Amino acid sequence: MIRFIVRRLIAMVGVVLVLSLLLFFWLRSLPGGPVSAILGERATASRRAALEAALGLDQPVYVQYLKFLERAAQGNFGVSTQVLPGTDALDIFWMRLPATLELSFFALVLATSLGIPLGYFAARRRGSVLDNTSIVMSLIGVAVPVFFTAFMLKYFFAVQWNLLPVSGRQDPGLDATRITGFFVLDGIMTREWDAAGNALLHLVLPSLALATIPFAVIFRITRASVLDVLDEDYVRTAEAKGLTARTIRGRHVLRNAMLPVTTIIGLQVGGLLAGAVLTETVFAFGGIGQALYEAFKDKDYAVLQVLIMAAAVIYVLVNLLVDISYAIIDPRVRTR
Amino acid sequence: MTDQPGTDSPAPPPRRQSYGDRRKQRLDELAAASVDETPGVSLLVSAWRRLRRNPVFLLGAGITTTFVVLAVISPWLAPWDPAANPLIDKVRPQSNPVPGPEAGHPLGADNRGRDLLSRLLIGSQQTLLVGVMATLFGLAGGVALGTLAGALGGWVDSVVMRIVDVMLSIPSLLLAFSIAALFARPNQWTLIVAIATIQVPIFARMLRGSMLAQRVSDHVLAARALGVKPGAIVFRHMLPNALGPVIVQTTLVLAVAIIDAAALSFLGLGNPDDRQPEWGQMLGNSQQFINSYPHLAIYPAACIIVVALGFTLMGESLREALDPKSRR
Repeated sequence: MIRFIVRRLIAMVGVVLVLSLLLFFWLRSLPGGPVSAILGERATASRRAALEAALGLDQPVYVQYLKFLERAAQGNFGVSTQVLPGTDALDIFWMRLPATLELSFFALVLATSLGIPLGYFAARRRGSVLDNTSIVMSLIGVAVPVFFTAFMLKYFFAVQWNLLPVSGRQDPGLDATRITGFFVLDGIMTREWDAAGNALLHLVLPSLALATIPFAVIFRITRASVLDVLDEDYVRTAEAKGLTARTIRGRHVLRNAMLPVTTIIGLQVGGLLAGAVLTETVFAFGGIGQALYEAFKDKDYAVLQVLIMAAAVIYVLVNLLVDISYAIIDPRVRTR
Repeated sequence: MTDQPGTDSPAPPPRRQSYGDRRKQRLDELAAASVDETPGVSLLVSAWRRLRRNPVFLLGAGITTTFVVLAVISPWLAPWDPAANPLIDKVRPQSNPVPGPEAGHPLGADNRGRDLLSRLLIGSQQTLLVGVMATLFGLAGGVALGTLAGALGGWVDSVVMRIVDVMLSIPSLLLAFSIAALFARPNQWTLIVAIATIQVPIFARMLRGSMLAQRVSDHVLAARALGVKPGAIVFRHMLPNALGPVIVQTTLVLAVAIIDAAALSFLGLGNPDDRQPEWGQMLGNSQQFINSYPHLAIYPAACIIVVALGFTLMGESLREALDPKSRR
């Protein structure tokens, strides 16, 4: 097991290294070059010259790359020029991360807690009304652009019927104490129940919008996987042994069917990050998704490179965790 | 962008997991489907027999054909020039920013007094152009890389696939973002290049798997035994046979490309010149009026949804028809 994890970690280091190489060349190809990327386009000539010398732009490319790696390893990606001028780009990432994690967490909980049971029952009643309706819904769910779902939810539930807040993470009037940056968790920890409840209400619409695509995917994979498992010999064997339907469903069908579902849930994280850019922009949620949009729109390259690198590393890390959890569920995976 | 949700196959539970990717595996599985040939009837013929009677395929093909035909004949169909503003006199920024329907303008106009129906009709052209061009470029890039890796094997394969895996490891919308950031001034080519780039690794991975499966197949062995030149084996014997599943994937990718283009347009990465309408751009521009005039968003969104659904239905049923597992 430990060897398995070590092997995966080594593979991950490779991926991150190649990523950093891509990021390095990306930064060099930006309009205006790396100096503008770090200082912004309106920097004075003397500051440019100073930075050029400091960055060693006169040196060979591989030396420059190694220096870039060194700075990246120290978390020094430069200073934000537009999103929050003067703030360290890495700090912006840490400030905005809790909002996105909170939103993604609720979206993923929604998607799994609806997708798995629905997929399971659709598979058991294959061809039924429930099955067919769910398939059609999931196909449509995938075809609807995420930001349009967000728009419509916002239009009906917040603007027309006034049931839920229009935007933000919490009403600004609330004097909530901040501990972790996760507003719901903060409210619970400080026993400020109104703050926690208010943050939860703000989460409903964005997480619903963000959950649509993961829901559709998890539903379809669960359904397909349960159908596959129901055909397996060991299910027939279990039936022949006279086990109760309950035991067969729980121990034999569901448990085995969950293997591909675990992987697909992990893979949704990439989609969640992308969806967060759109959802957070519509609901002005203030997470890394919105920061990414702002950084792109205002050409804040320091923030942009931190966020792109961080998103890719998070994605790779989550997949590593999925691999490890997979190896725990299914011992066969460990011996490659 | 998102992980191609439309393309999840009802695959068996993976037995072994290579470096964190079911996405890879899925592409490989699809690729492997190409070598399975039923003796007697060719794969394509038997697939076509099943498709002809499949209502899902017919619906998808119907939607897709209608969309393409509409896009081609829209200049003759549209009652107004999409850039002209016949209703500009009715636009009152304070009281009535978006003129409603009236005679000659069944859907009303946008905030600049331009006929909405004409813009929707003409908009299908740009949407089709962006989707098709992006997918063609993505396909070309992916086929080139995949052929290289699959035909040569060895270290070339390792290097190419390592790069492809890293590209797959970046969430696709972020990749599109990074590509688009390289353009000083965005236009519709920004969109096309960005979307094509995120498709390259998908096609490359699939075609490589397909090519590897072809390498060990009997007809390639036979060709080699007959002394056919390696180049001819790759291009005449392996590539044509390996392309099948990739072509099927193309329909599915097209649907995702259209949705992705809408998302990127919404974020301001698309063509800023709105005299040339495009559905994603119309949807993006409608957001400032969304609370009072949601129809401005609903019409283009409905068009995008229907077209994406059409391509998805067609692609899914095509894949099902070509998938040996569903033939039982």
